[in-house]
Amino acid sequence: MDRRDSIKSIMLGSIGFGVLFEGCVTGISSEDVKKTISKFQYGRTDKELAYDKKLFSIQCFSKKEMKSITQLCNLILPPNEFGSIEDAEVPELIEFMAKDIPGYEIPIKDGLLMLDKISKQKNSMVFINCNEIEQKKILDQMAFPDPNMSSSEQKEEVKWFSLMRNLTMTGYYTSKVGIEELGYVGNTPNVWDGVPQDVLDQYGLSYDQDWINKCIDQSKRNETAVWDDQGNLIS
Amino acid sequence: MQIKENPKEYDVIIVGSGAGGGMATKVLSEAGLSVAIVEAGPYYDPANPDQMTQMKWPYDSPRRGAGTTRPFGDFDQAYGGWDIEGEPYSQVGDTQFRWFISRMLGGRTKHWGRISLRFGPDDFRKKSIDGLGEDWPISYDDIKPYYDKVDKLIGVFGSKENLPNDPDGFFLPPPKPRLHELFYIKGARKSNVKVMPSRLSILTKRINNDRGVCFYCNQCARSCMSYADFSSGSCLIFPAQKSGGQIDMFVNAMVRTVTTNEEGKATGVSYIDKTDKTEHKLKGKVVVLAASACSSARILLNSKSKQHPNGLGNSSDIVGKYLHDSTGGGRMAFIPDLMDRKIYNEDGVGGMHVYSPWWLDNKKLNFPRGYHIEVWGGMGAPSYGTGFNVNDFNKFFGIPVGGYGDVLRKDMRKYYGSLVGMDGRGESIAMKSNYCEIDPNQVDEFGVPTLRFNYKWSEHEVNQAKHMQDTFEEVIHNMGATALGNKADKSSNFGLTKPGEIIHEVGTTRMGNDPKSSVVNEFEQLHDVSNVFVVDAGPFVSQADKNPTWTIMALAWRSSDYIIEQFKKQNF
Repeated sequence: MDRRDSIKSIMLGSIGFGVLFEGCVTGISSEDVKKTISKFQYGRTDKELAYDKKLFSIQCFSKKEMKSITQLCNLILPPNEFGSIEDAEVPELIEFMAKDIPGYEIPIKDGLLMLDKISKQKNSMVFINCNEIEQKKILDQMAFPDPNMSSSEQKEEVKWFSLMRNLTMTGYYTSKVGIEELGYVGNTPNVWDGVPQDVLDQYGLSYDQDWINKCIDQSKRNETAVWDDQGNLIS
Repeated sequence: MQIKENPKEYDVIIVGSGAGGGMATKVLSEAGLSVAIVEAGPYYDPANPDQMTQMKWPYDSPRRGAGTTRPFGDFDQAYGGWDIEGEPYSQVGDTQFRWFISRMLGGRTKHWGRISLRFGPDDFRKKSIDGLGEDWPISYDDIKPYYDKVDKLIGVFGSKENLPNDPDGFFLPPPKPRLHELFYIKGARKSNVKVMPSRLSILTKRINNDRGVCFYCNQCARSCMSYADFSSGSCLIFPAQKSGGQIDMFVNAMVRTVTTNEEGKATGVSYIDKTDKTEHKLKGKVVVLAASACSSARILLNSKSKQHPNGLGNSSDIVGKYLHDSTGGGRMAFIPDLMDRKIYNEDGVGGMHVYSPWWLDNKKLNFPRGYHIEVWGGMGAPSYGTGFNVNDFNKFFGIPVGGYGDVLRKDMRKYYGSLVGMDGRGESIAMKSNYCEIDPNQVDEFGVPTLRFNYKWSEHEVNQAKHMQDTFEEVIHNMGATALGNKADKSSNFGLTKPGEIIHEVGTTRMGNDPKSSVVNEFEQLHDVSNVFVVDAGPFVSQADKNPTWTIMALAWRSSDYIIEQFKKQNF
């Protein structure tokens, strides 16, 4: 395993295919499943395709729950000139991940109930019926983890909100609009020829001449490599 | 049960299509021998649009590339993982070995880090140096010509450094370091840690007209559609087919045993067609196992007969013993200087542009073997997990963590690309007490007895892991960064990975001159059965602080030359 034990694999781990969904309903038409599945083309195997189909054929959150999730995500990341939570299909991702990662479903549903309970106590109505000021007052109580405690020691509502914030952020910044907003400009054929000079200057860094002498001369990248007997490149 | 028998007798049957199997296929078929490749997974070509994951965006996957179905995420090109449904394995007692399998044409060469390091002269004679483990029956001089040939055939970038135990080769020029790598260079030098251009089998320059040149998308782990990185299919098997080799490919074919005759010689293999679970037999004059160290050991141990009651090639009782993986440890850090950095495309090649080879003398340390350091970081492509705990670093500045609203956008942008990490990959000591064996109580979904592992790290590896953590901390400090999380301590074996997690397991059919203490000879030929060879990492006597792939291929080429010679002498 190389460089890949990154944050995301630490957070995820591997989960098998044989998952049960207790709170989810089936009954989504095969036409709809087909339409959704065709949006995603990513070189999956037949087995993975069958698994995706299975997940798309069940609905985890009710319409009411989806409405709360959408509202909440919009408060976490309000729309701007690049796009919105809806453009980034964040609620759809949360619906999918709640089926894909079995540990997510129950906590997310319980958290939504808790959110409405807190809201009813404070404002005598469920969260989505509150106005923005009232909603933000509720969120202020759960959006700031105690810096002196570990994540597992935080209050339940804080833990839940952190999960929703994480899903919202990752959903947005892995979407087309979110990637554009972030400014990531890779994933495209190019020729890497070192850190731009103005960036080197900004950090007071420079390349060593003897290091750079060893590096590829990109003007010769298409000339077929030829070596002498000692392994010196002569083309 | 009906067994379907293929009437053709092949010169050579090769089991497995990874680095070793691919190399054997190329060399043997190009010598005019008829070859059957038997691969337990499906056919795979990175240029096939239906299988391709390269250049996809996270939103092309409904889970945005999360690692739910593939351990390294949807776009990683390994059909497999540490836990494959239907293919269980077990442990003795409380030991923990994690076995990573990739079932596909090309095996694990599809998704690996392309770190392509030669072993050095000392790596073949470690027992003579520190008294531990065993010396190899060959020296660096025996294998050097093959390393040279592998370099030229496959292509590896690197630089001439004239280091005594990290030999130079026929290198393509390396790419220039990225920004976070310049920070690493600064920190490493200040800590007296050697740092130099990395050595990866990625084509920074053209080597022939069948393969493209790297276009710097950073996605070698997705396997390159232009064949600009090394994988066994793209660089060995497809070219061998193209040059007219007599190669029959059997995919989704899971080998159960090597079959033998009354004289105890191998006659071929039996396999299960995974698509319909039917049993088949293939006949061959020579069987070359290249199924991976543990899979080849499993096949040998399952190939019991009157002539080989303890399993094939196992009169020594050494098959499965001396299993060892690389050690691993890591640390992440945050570089405050890189906050709000200018954004440009720094994808680069799929892996690090710089690394640190082992730089110290173990005689002055409390552990016997070394490790190298790999570096990662930079403004990578977003994927599932990006944006998690977006402003945790706020705590370093005493400002609130968490929140909601547009402040999160600012934090996302502020911290993007400010993370750097180091991973140590080290040599462990091969020990007889670390092994895999057949579990008498379990079979896989095809009815084949499965493996049971027994593996424990020793003080040597734990002390090495502690040294890694101390080094990381010092380098992080010297590069002006802040280490994240708590430093791994004794309670976690100093962050030492579980055996198997680095996916460099070797040693299960080790080579040697004495048939009592080794399984194969220097040409990877079973001592007990002259027409069976093992050309994966099973024959490794010791691991070195280097990744095994380049050595697997150099040895497989050398052994294939020997097989050709024996065919010429009509010994098969």
